[in-house]
Amino acid sequence: MSEDANIIEKPSRDDIVSLVKAEFGGKVEFIESTKKNIKAINEGRRLFMKADREVLHDLAKYLHDKLNFEQASSVAGVDWVDHMQVVYHLTNYCTSMVVEITVDIPNDDLHIASVSDIWEGANWHERETYELFGIVFDGHPKLERLLTPKSYEFFPFRKSYKLRGQE
Amino acid sequence: MDMSLYPHAVAMSADEFMSWSSAMINEMLSAGTKRTVDKLTGPVWAWAMRNSMHPLHFGLACCAIEMAAASDTRYDAERVGMIYRSSPRQTDILLINGWISKKLRPDIRRLYEQIPAPKWVVAMGECAISGGPWYDSYNIVQGLDQIVPVDVYIPGCPIKPDAMIDGFMLLQKKIDAYFRRGVFMTD
Repeated sequence: MSEDANIIEKPSRDDIVSLVKAEFGGKVEFIESTKKNIKAINEGRRLFMKADREVLHDLAKYLHDKLNFEQASSVAGVDWVDHMQVVYHLTNYCTSMVVEITVDIPNDDLHIASVSDIWEGANWHERETYELFGIVFDGHPKLERLLTPKSYEFFPFRKSYKLRGQE
Repeated sequence: MDMSLYPHAVAMSADEFMSWSSAMINEMLSAGTKRTVDKLTGPVWAWAMRNSMHPLHFGLACCAIEMAAASDTRYDAERVGMIYRSSPRQTDILLINGWISKKLRPDIRRLYEQIPAPKWVVAMGECAISGGPWYDSYNIVQGLDQIVPVDVYIPGCPIKPDAMIDGFMLLQKKIDAYFRRGVFMTD
């Protein structure tokens, strides 16, 4: 990746904030963490942002191509009952910086752009999020159930899913 | 037995073999030969089979680490005759050690059916016995005995290697009783 002249190999925290704000404006919002006792947060290796669903793919591509975030450590879902959330953790190997992006999606339209064309490693994370929450990743090469049988017609990590013992 | 009645006894079809062999077995049964042979060879079969238990080498979860630990120099499970084989065709014991996800369920059944009879099944650890920590899970089978018949349950989470060897010594008694019952020329 270093042969690309435009890439910033070791972006500082301030670089990321200013560059992303310049590129995406109000579509991406930086949020303060409430967990002040975590060492990595105090050392500035964690950055929390909230992105609109429309700019998520562009933001991911920008972070990967320009700011050298080479790894998608995790893609996970959260069910907040009134809406769903997808959480991305992206890592820069050079600075150990981890960016957490949360994207809110409404319950009646569970679609979001896939980032598995940017990071191949996000492929299975997105499949797992799909099978557990039913969030559809548009543009995913093979969006099938990963660890549960294909015959399942429910999404077990949704709050609306009840086990037998909870009845 | 008059072999002249069966001139092509060396190469015969399956149907011919079935009628030929059942006639021979019936003759031996009525003459009391089978009982005698069983009595003579039963202890030999039992001794051979109980001292060469070949479980399927099929590590599923953390109990597989204990299975490996049971094979090392400290516990040395091979002294009771346990040798792991990687193909179900070469084994006589299905050893399931770990949670069985519902996606794995048909494959466990297939492995069980690929093992040549007589065969035994050992459920090792809480997950294989009853689902264990995954009680009421959306994705874990609640016990191996929902899929295949189980002979020996070895409880523990995870079980210790000495508990596993103890369970297999119990299984040895079961194998011993099976072969002492007499299996000469039974399918």
